[in-house]
Amino acid sequence: MTTLTKESGAPTSADAGAFLSVRDLRVQFRTEDGIVKAVDGLSFDLERGRTLGIVGESGSGKSVTNLTILGLHNPQFATIDGEIVLDGQELITARERELEKLRGNKMAMIFQDPLTALSPYYTVGRQLSEPFMKHKGASKKEARDRAIEMLTKVGIPQPKVRFDDYPHQFSGGMRQRAMIAMALMCDPDLLIADEPTTALDVTVQAQILDLLKDLQQEFGSAIVFITHDLGVISKMADDLLVMYAGRAVERGSVKEVLGAPRHPYTWGLLSSMPRLNSDIHQALTPIPGSPPSLLNPPSGCPFHPRCAFRSEVPGTLCTDSRPPLGEGRAAACHLTAEQKQSIFIDKIQPRLR
Amino acid sequence: MSDNLTLPAQQGSADAGSPSTETLLKVEGLTKHFPIYGGFPIRRKVGAVQAVDGVDLSVGVGESVGLVGESGCGKSTTGRLITRLLEPTAGRITYAGQDITHASRRELAPVRSEIQMIFQDPYSSLNPRQTVGTIIKSPMEVNGIDPAGGREKRVRELLELVGLNPEHYNRFPHEFSGGQRQRIGVARALALNPKLIIADEPVSALDVSIQAQVVNLLQKVQDELGIAFVFIAHDLAIVRHFSQRIAVMYLGKVVEVGDRDSIYNRPRHPYTHALLSAVPEVEIDGEDDGRERIRLSGDVPSPIQPPSGCRFRTRCWKAQDKCATEEPPLVQLSGNRGGHLTACHFPEDPTTEDRGEDIVLDPALAALEDDATQ
Amino acid sequence: MLRFIFRRTLGAVVILVLLTVVAFLLFFGMPRDPALLMCGKTCTPDALANIHKTLGIDKSIPEQFWIFLQGLFVGRDDFAQGPCPAPCFGYSYHTNENVWTTLIDRLPTTVSLAIGSAVLFLLVGLGSGLLAAWKRGTVVDKTFTAGAMVLSSMQIYFLGPLVLALLVFQMHLFDQPTYTPFTDNPADWFTGLIIPWAVLSTIFAAQYTRMARSSMIEQLQEEHVRTARAKGMSRGYVFFRYAWRGSLIPIVTIFGIDIGSLLGGAIITEFTFGLPGLGRLAVEAVNFSDLPLLLGVMLFSAAMILLFNIIVDACYAFIDPRVRLS
Repeated sequence: MTTLTKESGAPTSADAGAFLSVRDLRVQFRTEDGIVKAVDGLSFDLERGRTLGIVGESGSGKSVTNLTILGLHNPQFATIDGEIVLDGQELITARERELEKLRGNKMAMIFQDPLTALSPYYTVGRQLSEPFMKHKGASKKEARDRAIEMLTKVGIPQPKVRFDDYPHQFSGGMRQRAMIAMALMCDPDLLIADEPTTALDVTVQAQILDLLKDLQQEFGSAIVFITHDLGVISKMADDLLVMYAGRAVERGSVKEVLGAPRHPYTWGLLSSMPRLNSDIHQALTPIPGSPPSLLNPPSGCPFHPRCAFRSEVPGTLCTDSRPPLGEGRAAACHLTAEQKQSIFIDKIQPRLR
Repeated sequence: MSDNLTLPAQQGSADAGSPSTETLLKVEGLTKHFPIYGGFPIRRKVGAVQAVDGVDLSVGVGESVGLVGESGCGKSTTGRLITRLLEPTAGRITYAGQDITHASRRELAPVRSEIQMIFQDPYSSLNPRQTVGTIIKSPMEVNGIDPAGGREKRVRELLELVGLNPEHYNRFPHEFSGGQRQRIGVARALALNPKLIIADEPVSALDVSIQAQVVNLLQKVQDELGIAFVFIAHDLAIVRHFSQRIAVMYLGKVVEVGDRDSIYNRPRHPYTHALLSAVPEVEIDGEDDGRERIRLSGDVPSPIQPPSGCRFRTRCWKAQDKCATEEPPLVQLSGNRGGHLTACHFPEDPTTEDRGEDIVLDPALAALEDDATQ
Repeated sequence: MLRFIFRRTLGAVVILVLLTVVAFLLFFGMPRDPALLMCGKTCTPDALANIHKTLGIDKSIPEQFWIFLQGLFVGRDDFAQGPCPAPCFGYSYHTNENVWTTLIDRLPTTVSLAIGSAVLFLLVGLGSGLLAAWKRGTVVDKTFTAGAMVLSSMQIYFLGPLVLALLVFQMHLFDQPTYTPFTDNPADWFTGLIIPWAVLSTIFAAQYTRMARSSMIEQLQEEHVRTARAKGMSRGYVFFRYAWRGSLIPIVTIFGIDIGSLLGGAIITEFTFGLPGLGRLAVEAVNFSDLPLLLGVMLFSAAMILLFNIIVDACYAFIDPRVRLS
């Protein structure tokens, strides 16, 4: 299973050391058209102080997973099975009140679009203070001091003045800084960042990414970083989980997954995007077709209708049986380890120049 | 000039700074100010959003020119001005020798069919109540063009050309995925055999795996039909992949323009350096990419009251007094290749390699990094 | 903010003036001659001309309009019935009473009806709308939604007589609705209006239930509401602090229109219950071709709607800082 592993450091799952452990998570939504299997049997682990990147396209289930960790789905419309254990505490079966104590406190979230994710009706200061007062029992004054401290830390100029401003008076980058400050108010152990820089310009994105990394060093939080951008993830994450159609298809350290990927989908992602130093004669190799509907996902391996290497697998294995994702460094694919290695070296690597 | 990089020959000599081929489109001093009304008690014009402010640009026949920059830099407005979807405030647009800056509808009619546009959002740019056939056919109807074999035959050919099933002629846009819809948009743009296509962020609304499909399609169209492109995008890697010449815009002005190699490997404007350095790159071999690291502070200033002199000076590490008083002209600096123009008083060295010391202007970032190193 | 209100008031005045012109031209430029009606069966041309003169409609329409406009701002002295201080709408053709005095006379009834039912339908409607949104998808929600659907499709002229027939005439639970001025006897004022209030607010409350529910549900799906949940704020806090604030905007908008038109006279309600308010006055004015009175009622109603429009816009600024600060 680990013939390609170049180094250790892949997540050692299933042992008790994991700070956040997700096991066989299934999230289904009932809609008028049928049942959407948004997340279908997802497992991963995250240790304290490390960053797990989750990468996938729209509909891959990456955002749904993280809203599930926070318990933000309405149980009326979503069916959630599996196990989410945060620091020894099971979250799926936890009562709403228990979750409320954890949210914004032990686990916090940074959303994609800070313009819509901050309330237009209250000042930035108030929105920052609220969780601190609730979770730490702080007074208004203490919360204000803490908020100003955090605003300073994330680089908001004149934090004492900006405390009383409304979000719409901030620029895009400043809003996302305020959002980060809000998430860090209670010094959370787990930070979930859902596409935190997608709505930002590239120079601002670079500032925010570096800021997050530096703040993580200081605060020591574990981060789940969700994005569709492989470049961003290679800068941010220690470990990487590639998701497709609600499932994890590849797992490993960032170096392993991006340096020697083993899943045809990961190959496809890497060879479909140009880089700043890639050879311009080298045409892009897109993944044919489009991501599947989660109402009616393909049988067997969900990627098989778009997979260029299906013919390498004998028989109807790809259409009949869902390939399992092993523990540690793994890819959910029916190709043999030797095949994966030789295909990558012979066919994929030359495209990535 | 000692650069030993040979540039691709796929587009002929269009790689050189100033296209040696015939100029198709020439834009001089193009300006668009959107007025802002306010005041009391009588509302009047109190200011203007200087969306585009004196842009010079030329596009050769069959050439692809990339327009990059961050939000508010005016790249989309420039695209809309060229297609005359917006009326320019000042400047001149010359298409194939004809001044179309303020051309009337009638004068514009023959030109309109030669300049087409592809929009960013494939969901809102197609009428949901029209069939694909009607959507692609309508430019021909509006312009009264009757291709040999009839319009329907032409639509089927176009559908095939963009990689869609011609049998899907009678389907509606919602029956297609995002990538397929963008193909419909491309087919519509091709319906009139245009000579120039303005593609405004044509792939940024699409999933990563789909983006390459559309980029390849556009590239095929450009190669096979010899159509010139103005490719507007914020993704620098895609622009590099697609365009032979690139103009970098900042707050309504072109700050640097040149061929692909000049802009990406030998940039001179500090903003181009900052932009390139900010692109998060996949490090496939897991090694440090050895590029310089520049982190600007704050966001792009408002185009309502842009900084005096050089507009980038408020975020520039090289800015001096001169930058505030004197606007740098867009000129060829010594050591630059022909056609590589830069608007900067204190240009950077033409390299993107790691300079040993990072440039970190963001105060919060600098503070955190100081703490970490101590 | 003051600038804003000033500008809007200015705009409202312009609209009122334009409206006056149009209404005046429509009413007084009509081919139907009100004098004929007053002249009776034995009408001679002389008598008719005389009446024309007393009514002031012997002059050209622009001239009449100018006199009317002057009367509005400085008052008039050219009526046989006596002086007419500003704002002068003239004297009723039918009752010979000063139009403005008549309006002021009828106003308390309309205001009582409007304010009383507004309090009721806001309490009941918003309350049940919020409850339905809070319990979204449950039996409570479904019951409220269905009930609101049925009631909001009711009409006063159906529900009113039905309630009267049942509760007043059949079961004798209430007295027939009457209007007693509040200052005369508050208890009688209350009991006399309770049935009109109930009927009017039932229909409005049903509409507000639906509106509040859908507005809340929409707000609860906003991303900033989700953020508030994600930082650990309780469901109730998020519901009332974050979602409620945003859902107020459409509610306030509709309420401004509703209360404005109610204060301009609830024609059908007043007619159904025989209450002497502005709405009934309008009907009477139409019946008797009483042009000065009709014009008066109409302009008064229009002014009310415009006034509440301005109040609504000012409310936006209190609800949403983006409006205040832009």
